[in-house]
Amino acid sequence: MSTASSSSVRKAGEAVPDQFPAGLRVLVVDDDPTCLMILEKMLRICRYEVTNCSRAEDALSLLRQYKNGFDIVLSDVHMPDMDGFKLLEYIGLEMDLPVIMMSVDDGKNVVMKGVTHGACDYLIKPVRIEALKNIWQHVVRKRKNEWKDLEQSGCVDDADRQQKTNEDADYSSSANEGSWRNSKRRKDDVEDPEERDDSSTLKKPRVVWSVELHQQFVAAVNQLGIDKAVPKKILELMNVPGLTRENVASHLQKYRLYLRRLSGITQHQSNLNNTFMSAQDAFVPSMNGLDLQTLAAAGQLQPQSLATLQAAGFGRSTAKSGMPMPLVDQRNHIFSFENPKLRFGDGQQPHLNGNKPMNLLHGIPTTMEPKQLANLQHSAQSHGNMTMQVSAQGSQSSSQLMQTPQPQARAQILNESTSTSVTRLPPTMQQSILPNGTTGAVLARNEFANNSRGGGYNLVSPPSTMLNFPLNQTAELPGNSFPLQSTPGMSSIVPKGRFPDEVNSDIKGSEGFVSSYDMFRDLHPQKPHDWDLQHVGLTFDTSQGSLDIPPSAFAHQGYASSEQNGQNRNASTAGKAMFLLEEGSDNGNAQSVGHQLNPLFVDGSVRVKAERAPDTGSQIDLFSDHFGQEDLMSALLKQQQGSIATAESELEWVFHHNTPV
Amino acid sequence: MEKTQLRRQLANIRQSLFDQGFLDEQFVQLEELQDDANPNFVEEIVTLYYRDSSRLILSIEQALQKSPLDFNKLDALMHQFKGSSSSIGAKKVKAESTQLREYCKAGSGEGCLRTFQQLKKEYTTLRKKLEAYFQMKMDSTR
Repeated sequence: MSTASSSSVRKAGEAVPDQFPAGLRVLVVDDDPTCLMILEKMLRICRYEVTNCSRAEDALSLLRQYKNGFDIVLSDVHMPDMDGFKLLEYIGLEMDLPVIMMSVDDGKNVVMKGVTHGACDYLIKPVRIEALKNIWQHVVRKRKNEWKDLEQSGCVDDADRQQKTNEDADYSSSANEGSWRNSKRRKDDVEDPEERDDSSTLKKPRVVWSVELHQQFVAAVNQLGIDKAVPKKILELMNVPGLTRENVASHLQKYRLYLRRLSGITQHQSNLNNTFMSAQDAFVPSMNGLDLQTLAAAGQLQPQSLATLQAAGFGRSTAKSGMPMPLVDQRNHIFSFENPKLRFGDGQQPHLNGNKPMNLLHGIPTTMEPKQLANLQHSAQSHGNMTMQVSAQGSQSSSQLMQTPQPQARAQILNESTSTSVTRLPPTMQQSILPNGTTGAVLARNEFANNSRGGGYNLVSPPSTMLNFPLNQTAELPGNSFPLQSTPGMSSIVPKGRFPDEVNSDIKGSEGFVSSYDMFRDLHPQKPHDWDLQHVGLTFDTSQGSLDIPPSAFAHQGYASSEQNGQNRNASTAGKAMFLLEEGSDNGNAQSVGHQLNPLFVDGSVRVKAERAPDTGSQIDLFSDHFGQEDLMSALLKQQQGSIATAESELEWVFHHNTPV
Repeated sequence: MEKTQLRRQLANIRQSLFDQGFLDEQFVQLEELQDDANPNFVEEIVTLYYRDSSRLILSIEQALQKSPLDFNKLDALMHQFKGSSSSIGAKKVKAESTQLREYCKAGSGEGCLRTFQQLKKEYTTLRKKLEAYFQMKMDSTR
């Protein structure tokens, strides 16, 4: 069985990457008709979707008009109407697309200029088709880096939080609360304008940042100094009628991102604020309404990149085990949403450690989606991922839940929770942790890892030292109670898509999970039946409908189709791929690239749909709906604890959206 | 029989264009792009190149008549011209363009003028050779 499934899984994985670079949407800008024609022909032979442009201004307006309509831009350096570097700068500011510069000039200075302006590549003319066959890699790399940005900022923020909590000398929820609040405040300062700006896109004319306006802006920023430049002062200096602080704030954000990209340097922990901002920024330019908002959420919830990490770990382990896990986890996800409600509603949380897990619970499930979205930029992906990631968490949170009711059963629970979460996490964890301590980045990641771990485990032993903890856990876990979970065997069952029936009857097919769920029951006998089917159905339905994904893509709740499975898996693996690549570990690298590509591809098709719809309306719906279901829960949570800042803000965000000004 | 001979002749002419340094491997690349969808792709490109570049040649000529010479302007035009020329594999024309740009950078008006004459000669020669080649090619496929 396991072999069968893994082979089918492999098939699913291979099929899409095969096609991937085909259909890559390339915008070629060159004023030379001969070059343009040759390039077009070459790109078409590469099976890309080519759009030609002989003027830079036209290219820019095309890009503005069809946001998300292109994956990559190839631009000549010298053009009469606009310098290619200028175009590059605008694209960097507004769309954040990978741009390849081309020129017959091969002088070091010109090439350097391309690099410093943010070009992802510089091709010397005449361009050869061999070079064009590979350009898709920049698209992949770009997205990978976006993940990295997010993750890193998560690390930083997390580290910061960790510090704070350490200062407080305990892991009480109040400490956490404080930091959440902090991030919320920060968010309010920085992000709100963006949000508002965006939610009212339809009503309010957007400011078009013309060359002149941008130059005024840059002049003002330079006058103030980039570090001291705040929207209000910039606005005063620019003195442009009709321009609002919000416009400036939003542009400033993008500009900072742009600068940061130019510097190409990852931020240090000390640079918390910067990183924080830029991480958010990372997603700003290329996204439409929804994304902007999600990013607000992402930014705010940054500390919770736990989520990302988990997802990544999750994706990874799943990949190893053959993938089906996501499906199982989705159930978990549902459970976890359901659970907190009951749990907290019951007021059963007064356990010592109760606070901690709750915090995690709120944070994570809510964070997930937006962040995912932000990351992936595209509904299709985010959809896949969203479910994935959430589920990863779901399972974790459920295990935590388990813990709360029966503190005395800790040891056992520890195993349990470890096994559930760890099955997914270990590969990532180990990888990020073992290479420990050498570089700042690694350190950050470690802390990050710890933190995320901490979230789950603090509960069990709150004052645990962050560094050791995860290490031990991971090392220990695989050997522990649940070897089965990570084996392909269990996973093979899941893909069969018995979503609907399994939910109630629980995972009979999957050994690994069976045990874990049984434990749940033991610990928690009154709850299991509350994990109900309907929620599952609902959640998926909403996402399904609003995303406008063709039925084949989301084969109903059954999740029976293997395509679905493939897709799911790919989405989740995207996370894995990022992590893998980033850590430079190679096993499964090729494979992961494939996966990563996959969502991109999938995403392409979906995007087309989205474009057809006037705006991102459908996506927005998804969110409001989706969150709408959680409103209740969140409301409950809100009453319960202050530490829910995250969930809260999430809601705000949703409402924001629902009721555009 | 006649056709085979024609084909061999065609291949020889083509080869001589490479041997005499008129064309470089970029031209081969263009030939490789030719497929059923665009059976005359190379010819189309060359036609497009000569139509577009003659405009450029004119601009360059005009720029060279100015006094004092605007080397920046001239260099920009030459850059464009060189880009086009290199994209069809016009090796000699490209080499002259490079030379002319060197003179631009050096600020040598005299060098520019002299090189431009050479460039125009190569440009015209190549045109004739290519036209003859394409004509013969058409005959051979008839």
